[in-house]
Amino acid sequence: MLEWLSRLFGATEQSKDKAKERLRLVLVQDRAILSPGLLDALKEEMINVLSKYMEIDEQGLEVNLDSSDDSVALVANIPVRKVKRKL
Amino acid sequence: MGKSIVVTSGKGGVGKTTTAANIGTGLAQIGRRVCLVDADIGLRNLDVVMGLENRIVYDLIDVVEGHCRVRSALIKDKRLDNLFLLPAAQTREKDAVNPEQMKVLMEELKKEFDYVLVDCPAGIEQGFKNAVAGADVAIIVTTPEVSAVRDADRIVGLLEASELYEPHLIINRIRPDMIRKGDMMTTDDIIDILAIKLLGIVPDDESIIISTNRGEPAVLDKKSLSGQAFRNIVRRLEGASVPFLPLEETSMVKRILRLFGRS
Repeated sequence: MLEWLSRLFGATEQSKDKAKERLRLVLVQDRAILSPGLLDALKEEMINVLSKYMEIDEQGLEVNLDSSDDSVALVANIPVRKVKRKL
Repeated sequence: MGKSIVVTSGKGGVGKTTTAANIGTGLAQIGRRVCLVDADIGLRNLDVVMGLENRIVYDLIDVVEGHCRVRSALIKDKRLDNLFLLPAAQTREKDAVNPEQMKVLMEELKKEFDYVLVDCPAGIEQGFKNAVAGADVAIIVTTPEVSAVRDADRIVGLLEASELYEPHLIINRIRPDMIRKGDMMTTDDIIDILAIKLLGIVPDDESIIISTNRGEPAVLDKKSLSGQAFRNIVRRLEGASVPFLPLEETSMVKRILRLFGRS
């Protein structure tokens, strides 16, 4: 009876809502995994574009997808050697 | 030219083999020429679920290695003349066959059959890659559990990488009593998360265990509720619009009305 009453007033969280919430969060992270092939292709294209404007240290280039609770960010660390004066 | 369908899930134990057996048998029951292919090399089970384990002579590996013709490896079903099984090899490993060979095999089978149904092994490695090679359509089987739904989502991504788009979803082992109490994710919850097309919902049903014990797919049992669920799935695959079984009705009145076809 008590359980029924507390359900009626929404006091207890239904376990399926918990399941759905946890799934949502874990899938944000799962879906943010780039395959190694794609990541390499991305790096290469970034180097090509950036090289038009600056000299970059290709060996020190780091590109990763960072996921925190419910968002994903592309984080790139690109050491610059020299900036070009003109195109 | 027939259509090839792979039944996959990522996670093991969600009912892939049972689903493949029932859909295949259901399609054969309405007159289609069907070939079931067990792609789970080393852990074959489709033969026992179909009750055909005593008739195996050759297997899938014998065919791709050229030891026999496809025709001589196919086992005819006990009940239906237009239903055949190509069993997996039990004593070999998953890398005994490659995706290219599977593609060739699928093309050959599609010439002879209206439907070629491939039972995919659990996991996402070589066995998965073999099973999806040469498939025109994918059916993903999941259950209303966090782990199974998560794996299903991974599979959606991997299928896309293999250029298999718009997979169909079957949610298996639904327990209406738990849904009513809010202790099981509903069909809507799962569709909301996976964002793929729903092909069918199947209740958690004792008759599945009984029919598997006997080696008789439940779809043949007119009285079985899960059998009804599979017959509905078969009709949807054939293009018919069939309402989903009312497994999730929360109000008793609605359920009773549905039972009498009033709603």
